[in-house]
Amino acid sequence: MIGATDPLFADPFGLPEVGVVLLKVFVAFVFLLVAVMFNIWFLRKVISDMQNRIGPNLAGPWGILVTLADGIKLFFKEDLIPEKSHRFVFKLAPYLSLIPAFLVFAIVPIGGDFNRTDGPGIISIFGHETLLQVADPPVGILFFLAMSSLAIYGVMLAGWGSGSKYPLLGSVRASAQMVSYEAALGLSIASVVLVSGTLSMHDMVLTQAGPGFNSFVPNWNIIVTGFIPFFIFLVAGTAELNHPPFDLVEAEQELVGGFHTEYSSIRFALFYLAEFMNQITMGAIIVTLFLGGPAGPALFVPKGWWVGVFWFFFKLMLFLFGFVWLRATLPRLRYDQLMDLGWKLLIPVSLAWFLVLAGIQIGRDRGWSSVEVGAFALGFGVVCMLCGALLMMALSSARAQRLTDLEQASADSGQASADLGQKRADLGETPTKGVLRG
Amino acid sequence: MAELTDYIKGFAVTFKKLFEERVTGDYRGGMAKAGQPDEKRPKVERLHGRHVLNRYEDGMEKCIGCELCAGVCPAKCIHVRGADNDPDNPTSPGERFGYVYEINYLRCIHCDLCVEACPTQAITESKLFEFSFTNRDDAIYTRDELLVGDDGKPRQLPWEDWREGEDEMTSGWMRATSPSGDHRYEGIVQWSGELGYGVRAPELGQSADAADAAIAAGAELDADPAVGADADAETSSGGDR
Repeated sequence: MIGATDPLFADPFGLPEVGVVLLKVFVAFVFLLVAVMFNIWFLRKVISDMQNRIGPNLAGPWGILVTLADGIKLFFKEDLIPEKSHRFVFKLAPYLSLIPAFLVFAIVPIGGDFNRTDGPGIISIFGHETLLQVADPPVGILFFLAMSSLAIYGVMLAGWGSGSKYPLLGSVRASAQMVSYEAALGLSIASVVLVSGTLSMHDMVLTQAGPGFNSFVPNWNIIVTGFIPFFIFLVAGTAELNHPPFDLVEAEQELVGGFHTEYSSIRFALFYLAEFMNQITMGAIIVTLFLGGPAGPALFVPKGWWVGVFWFFFKLMLFLFGFVWLRATLPRLRYDQLMDLGWKLLIPVSLAWFLVLAGIQIGRDRGWSSVEVGAFALGFGVVCMLCGALLMMALSSARAQRLTDLEQASADSGQASADLGQKRADLGETPTKGVLRG
Repeated sequence: MAELTDYIKGFAVTFKKLFEERVTGDYRGGMAKAGQPDEKRPKVERLHGRHVLNRYEDGMEKCIGCELCAGVCPAKCIHVRGADNDPDNPTSPGERFGYVYEINYLRCIHCDLCVEACPTQAITESKLFEFSFTNRDDAIYTRDELLVGDDGKPRQLPWEDWREGEDEMTSGWMRATSPSGDHRYEGIVQWSGELGYGVRAPELGQSADAADAAIAAGAELDADPAVGADADAETSSGGDR
């Protein structure tokens, strides 16, 4: 495949190449910091619009410098370290969550003209050909999975190192949540990898570039993988970010501030920086995996690397807005609902979908006709649905049986109906509607 | 499926809000540069704000240094010391006057018990609450700062955000409920005149009897919701007596 590695390293590696790499690192670093500033301001503005408020409007034009002002304020605040904390771990944890957030962005291609045929996505800096991404390691998307797993340590160690009960509870929740949703996240990434046939982020964009079906529908993975992995990735990614409605980690009403309760001053700011930077990188990863990243329709007459940059940021903004929209709309999930959604719905569905895609891929390799492949997919789908329906029936009849047993028992012993209501609630028969309960 | 459409409805609600009118104003706390909007929302008549020390119409101070306000203060934020008036050049009409009067606004809870305790209506509350001092000395208001000026209006300190017309309503709470909030005293003036304003008119529309009479007369209570709400509140409290 073209451009499997960065063309920068094709030539003998010398000082100019190091300069180009350093320049890219510097630009990515500054861009991320500024983008986080903008992202927090954007969140506060949009969420206040959605709540009929005005929002920050004093620092700079339209309050755009409010994050900078907050950052400066946090710098000068007193930095408290609790007496019972493990000092080294306590100081280490913020960096453990911040650095992965920075590193993930290094593998995201953010620009380049992917519509041209000779070396798509390749740009030239000071006469050196390279990709518009900091690094394009062959392991690509696995690096993202590794980094998001590493970020769990930041949260976990922050909670444990604080030597306090609420941070510990918050971090236990966080690690359970992030580990559970990593499975669904990984399975939906596997679908993408299966279809693209590559792990490299640059090559993934290459396979999605160009005209697709009827030269009109784009060749993006969201369509090629059949939408389901995209939605699973979106939900699991939101949960991975600890973003509402999955922000049980920092449920203020129950846990004060969650894992960062004991943090103050600049260490607290680092956690927030990491959280909002993760939103940007997660949005960028979704855009790259499913929506073609910088590859987009060739709508513009002047061609150039900036077309890719435009498409990338346009798509990224859609997701950043989506995250704010989620935050403004959905109430927080209960812990059991969260685990139900992850283990009972997302993981089975993504696994089944992965199997279907794998089957179709094998059919293609063996030269089956599209009718045969379609029949296989349909048959598999029917079998899956039958199994699912049987499972649901078994679950609901078991629940009904337990309820009648309870009613019988309480009628026999003459217990108060309030007690029964409590038991109903324990069984999940709450009057409030659960979120997508499997 | 119904659950899913409910979700979409929820997202539609929040999206629609983007284009709705804002309920909050563009408030900058008096820090706005020229040309920038800086709206304050109108405050209710009886709002408890920062105190003023009133004067009689002839300019004499009403405070007699009795320390009842300091005694009743639940936050212990008032410090008063009385002294004998100079017979030739009296500060207040009586024997004594308050020569030290300090309120610590880091402690004051604006309960207005001092206003109710005051026998001469010397202390009342204005509607100002936007005063963000930056050190503890500024937080303690002295007699000079609390006392109204020669025009009967409160002194305006540099860190206070007064707007046009706000300095005229300094005794709303007292005139609404005096004495002890008993509606049978409605319309009866029990306070002396103030420098610059004379004897202020009482706030009407509080008593249940008045509301009943209005209903009997066929008046629309909804015409003034504030009157209706007050009448309801007074009916429940008046029934206890």
